[in-house]
Amino acid sequence: MAAITETPRHAATRWQKLRRDYRHMTGFKGLFGITTVVLLIVLGLFSQWVAPHSPSRQDLMLALTPPDWSGPHILGTDHLGRDIFSRIIHGARVSLIIATAVALFASVVGVGLGVVAGYFRGIVDSAIQKLAEIFWSFPPLMLAIAIVAFVGQGLTIVIVALTAQRWIPYCRVTRAETMALREREFILAARTLGAGHWFIMRQHILPNVMLSVIVMTSFAMANAIIAESSLSFLGLGVPPTIPTWGGMLSDSRSYISSAWWMALFPGLAIFLTVLGLNLLGDAMRNQFDPKLKSH
Amino acid sequence: MYLYFLRRLLGAVPVLIVVAGIIFALMQLAPGDAVTMLISDEASEADKARIREAWGLDQPPFIQFLNFLGNALTGDFGTSFRYKMPVMDIVLERLPATVELSLAATFIAVLVGIPLGVLAASRPGSFWDGVASAFSFAGISMPNFWLGILLILLFAGHMNILPSGGREPWGMGLDRITGFLIIDSILQGRWDALLATLKHLALPAIVLGTNMMGIITQMTRAAVQDAMHEDFVMTARAKGLSERRVLWRHAFRNAMVGVVTIIGLEFGTLLSGAMIVETVFAWPGIGSLLISGISARDFPLIIGLVLVYTGIFILMNLLIDLFYTLIDPRIRMN
Repeated sequence: MAAITETPRHAATRWQKLRRDYRHMTGFKGLFGITTVVLLIVLGLFSQWVAPHSPSRQDLMLALTPPDWSGPHILGTDHLGRDIFSRIIHGARVSLIIATAVALFASVVGVGLGVVAGYFRGIVDSAIQKLAEIFWSFPPLMLAIAIVAFVGQGLTIVIVALTAQRWIPYCRVTRAETMALREREFILAARTLGAGHWFIMRQHILPNVMLSVIVMTSFAMANAIIAESSLSFLGLGVPPTIPTWGGMLSDSRSYISSAWWMALFPGLAIFLTVLGLNLLGDAMRNQFDPKLKSH
Repeated sequence: MYLYFLRRLLGAVPVLIVVAGIIFALMQLAPGDAVTMLISDEASEADKARIREAWGLDQPPFIQFLNFLGNALTGDFGTSFRYKMPVMDIVLERLPATVELSLAATFIAVLVGIPLGVLAASRPGSFWDGVASAFSFAGISMPNFWLGILLILLFAGHMNILPSGGREPWGMGLDRITGFLIIDSILQGRWDALLATLKHLALPAIVLGTNMMGIITQMTRAAVQDAMHEDFVMTARAKGLSERRVLWRHAFRNAMVGVVTIIGLEFGTLLSGAMIVETVFAWPGIGSLLISGISARDFPLIIGLVLVYTGIFILMNLLIDLFYTLIDPRIRMN
């Protein structure tokens, strides 16, 4: 009797499954993360049109104006009378460029080496593992600081300095996944059909490690933004003429007792951006591959 | 066991040599050499050449590297340009401040992170789970220099109950025995000094511990939750043990391995974080020393400190591995 009145289970579960699959991305974490990334990209790309003022225009008469929601400087001005809101928007550009470039280069190098190491194993694997071990034996940020300290400052140097260690997590995860994949039947089948090593790696292994790479990229970008703003805060990042969130915080230290807004808003920008990227990464990880959680 | 330890220790030596090589290579990329930095431009070329010869700077880079390595192995990193003192002496003098700060930060992170993680794992999906999750994500995403500035603003500026920086008030007059001010003030029975030290330590330690706290909370929650699904937890419940006992004595104890590993691994991040926190709070440790050394282009000091930092980091990783094998016999033989 009960069986007749029940709704067809098949249809219901399919709908539920779909909903469950997308619950993570449309939940708070996913939405917050996606909003942050979109905002970062839009502000970074179109900063000169979005910002109400030039980030470098000084007006000493207006120095240290407090925030005024109805005035021309809604987040106040800094010690040189520059508009903080506009500088934060322009600062998004540096963060966007560095985070994207570091994630891109680190993933290309790391995934490349990881797939090769996991696929060929043996001496190639040992060599790549040793290389990773050496670069990983610097405390985080220390290698970047050493590079900047000796070679000099600049956007390119900061990107290289941060990539120097960031490729390693990509390498480790893709190596482990490749090692598991190469024992699978479809790889064996491809090899039996006469496919070459590079073809197998490109066509069969790479697409299968891509999901983990995308998830890791979110965390790598969060990490790069924190690292870049730390370097800028220490005066070791991009040249001080370019507005950065870390540099703005560094400026704020001298005015800490008189101008709290100089410290609050740029830091909030870093915090919310990094939080968004971390939440997005977490949402994607839950969505795509709960196994990744242990990394 | 001892053999394993010895093998691991010897295995770290080549890594350290290559690390030194990387730093040496970076040093070669720096514009100008020590002579151009130190000697005034008015010195004649002949004088400069004589100094280069005396310092071995006229040798080929490989020989220079061997000299550098030989000196570094004996703890001789040369003389600081700025302080005119052997680098190792300056580092040893300031190292306790950094160690004290890092240990205090770890202590705070563990004290908050572990109970919060266990609480979240014992009630998945509850209000406390949400609090723990929000707390840990905020902690992980927090730029520590910003948190430092905000706390200074609040506790030192606005409320004026804690000092904004430094390690001790002027003229505290505490004799240095170990260099760790907490231990020194207890040894000398100076309770006023102990209180002052703790007040100075509070803000930097909280700021430095925030990231680690977030990570510990997250890892503890995940590890305990995994353990709660194991058969031994079911057995413990079937024996009629209280839920609290099952949670702490069975699930948490088994989750400990992962949590301790994370604490050890995060210690490296803590070392880097300390550079920034020390700079924010004018804390006289090796981190702020390195940052001020970089702006003064004091190369012997920079090289010495990068090597010391890296050495500590490698040693820490080694100790975690050993700890691993001590508490989990399954790993020992591999």
